[in-house]
Amino acid sequence: MQTVDLANTPLRELNTALQAQAVTTNQTQWEVLNPKGAHAIAVGLDAPIEVTVNGSTGYYCAGMNKQATINVTGSAGPGVAENMMSGTVVIEGDASQYAGATGHGGLLVIKGNASSRCGISMKGIDIVVFGNIGHMSAFMAQSGNLVVLGDAGDALGDSLYEARLFVRGSVKSLGSDCIEKEMRPEHLEILRDLLERSGADARPEEFKRYGSARKLYNFHVDHAGAY
Amino acid sequence: MRDIMDTNPQTLPRDSSTFSPEINAEIRRAADTGIYDIRGGGAKRKVPHFDDLLFLGASISRYPLEGYREKCDTSVVLGTRFAKKPIELKIPVTIAGMSFGALSGPAKEALGRGATMAGTSTTTGDGGMTDEERGHSEKLVYQYLPSRYGMNPDDLRRADAIEIVVGQGAKPGGGGMLLGQKITQRVANMRNLPVGIDQRSACRHPDWTGPDDLEIKILELREITNWEKPIYIKIGGARPYYDTALAVKAGADVVVLDGMQGGTAATQDVFIENVGQPTLACIRPAVKALQDLGMHRKVQLVVSGGIRTGADVAKALALGADAVAIGTAALIAIGENDPKWAAEYSKLGTTADAYDDWHEGKDPAGITTQDPELMKRLDPVEAARRLRNYLAVMTLECQTIARACGKSHVHNLEPEDLCALTIEAAAMAGVPLAGTSWIPGQTGF
Repeated sequence: MQTVDLANTPLRELNTALQAQAVTTNQTQWEVLNPKGAHAIAVGLDAPIEVTVNGSTGYYCAGMNKQATINVTGSAGPGVAENMMSGTVVIEGDASQYAGATGHGGLLVIKGNASSRCGISMKGIDIVVFGNIGHMSAFMAQSGNLVVLGDAGDALGDSLYEARLFVRGSVKSLGSDCIEKEMRPEHLEILRDLLERSGADARPEEFKRYGSARKLYNFHVDHAGAY
Repeated sequence: MRDIMDTNPQTLPRDSSTFSPEINAEIRRAADTGIYDIRGGGAKRKVPHFDDLLFLGASISRYPLEGYREKCDTSVVLGTRFAKKPIELKIPVTIAGMSFGALSGPAKEALGRGATMAGTSTTTGDGGMTDEERGHSEKLVYQYLPSRYGMNPDDLRRADAIEIVVGQGAKPGGGGMLLGQKITQRVANMRNLPVGIDQRSACRHPDWTGPDDLEIKILELREITNWEKPIYIKIGGARPYYDTALAVKAGADVVVLDGMQGGTAATQDVFIENVGQPTLACIRPAVKALQDLGMHRKVQLVVSGGIRTGADVAKALALGADAVAIGTAALIAIGENDPKWAAEYSKLGTTADAYDDWHEGKDPAGITTQDPELMKRLDPVEAARRLRNYLAVMTLECQTIARACGKSHVHNLEPEDLCALTIEAAAMAGVPLAGTSWIPGQTGF
């Protein structure tokens, strides 16, 4: 176990060490102490290592992650796992705005609640939120899966593309071009897999699926009011 | 008409200045289609521009340099504030961001090749970085846009600089648009979108909302790229003083300032023509912001939007820019709107030099298209040579003017070398009206 204490180690040194790990590294277990809300912790990693951040983080923790597994024992600030490419990020507490924004791949698990714009512009990432999510989540979401065990706020999935949204609780309102869709067997299978991998205590049959009505894909004057 | 008037006296037909034939045609088009007019390019309306400025040259009170003997340096270094690896350019003219998707693959290749031959940089656009573009561009600036199409850490690291796009001169406050006709399989794959849909890009970044956030975003990008890459911030010509100051505050190495003549691949005509300020009006406020912060020449300023000649380059530099960027002019240099395609432009209902329906993907020149047959018309090697030539001419022109003003480096050009032909230009550029010492807004007449 490699331990880095941010109380006496510069951020640059931490990220340099983490980013320097090769795919074949033997130093696979890392622990970060005293994050105290620092920004850009463990960003740009590209190796199958596991990093545990003991505490809460500021903006953009695990940004652009590839391959690594990053656990945050506290809560995460805005933009956690933004633009993640692969790997796994687990937040034991809550996540602020833009969690998983523009993520291309990998799995983001938020065991508490996520604030507004969770999964905004997601491009293939899978996000599982054990609690609730805030307004404008999955705005312009392009692909991937957003699973919410709790409730969703206003304007869920506004201007959605091909991302799949699964919500167990209530949805305050749907955004433009987002509709409830039939839950087919393949969707239940996707859900089952994500719930299992994230350790969530829920059954796929409890969820509703939301997706794009695809009415805004090409401009038509009769839909102008929806823009 | 005379015969009619002779036999039946009446007033001549008179077009309205308010309801001109062009306006009426647009009203009819809107009524027919129910959608605003979309087009490419920048503002076409006449606005105060570099043509309204003149250099004074040297005489008894100023000492010129010998045109063919004495050195006039044109080198520029961008990104000296924080980046470990600033970009060193041989000329003060760069190629502005234009996307693969908006432009064809051969066009992007030509821009990369031509810029490299000229010793300058080119820039990606909304849609990510292609291997061809990276391979043909010695110095490549990677745009970081709200859409984040194709964004990934590997491309960030293989870029030579990162340009965070906050705004664009053609549409300050507006997002991007690439209509379905140009969303081919490859373009769609790069953007994670279905083929053939209208691709909309958000007008704001998804994970930050103000300069304080932006400062942290820049920290993240620097941490991911080992603090090596210069970070540019591109702003549209909206509020250049405050936007420049905030970009500096957020940690920019370079500010890219794009006036309303700057082009776009596809935007509403009403937006292009009615939002933003002319390039000429933007430069001095931006320079003043840098000067007020003690950052002029420390944070470099790149100006774009309607740069066409070496004289334009020299004037932008004299007003305080460190370099300029060209987009539309570069496309024209490699063949866009070439009269040799006049018959085909006619079939599209337009003419060479006026063609601006770049969003439709039918460009006869093979530049603003994804049509495989049309793309074949552009030879990227020949087009690159044309761009290289054009950049060389601009540089020579700029040097010629700088020497005439007695400058051994083009960065030594200064507002004192200029006068203005109109009161408006004098006020915007902060230089005296020709024949007077009057700078409107600064000195009494």
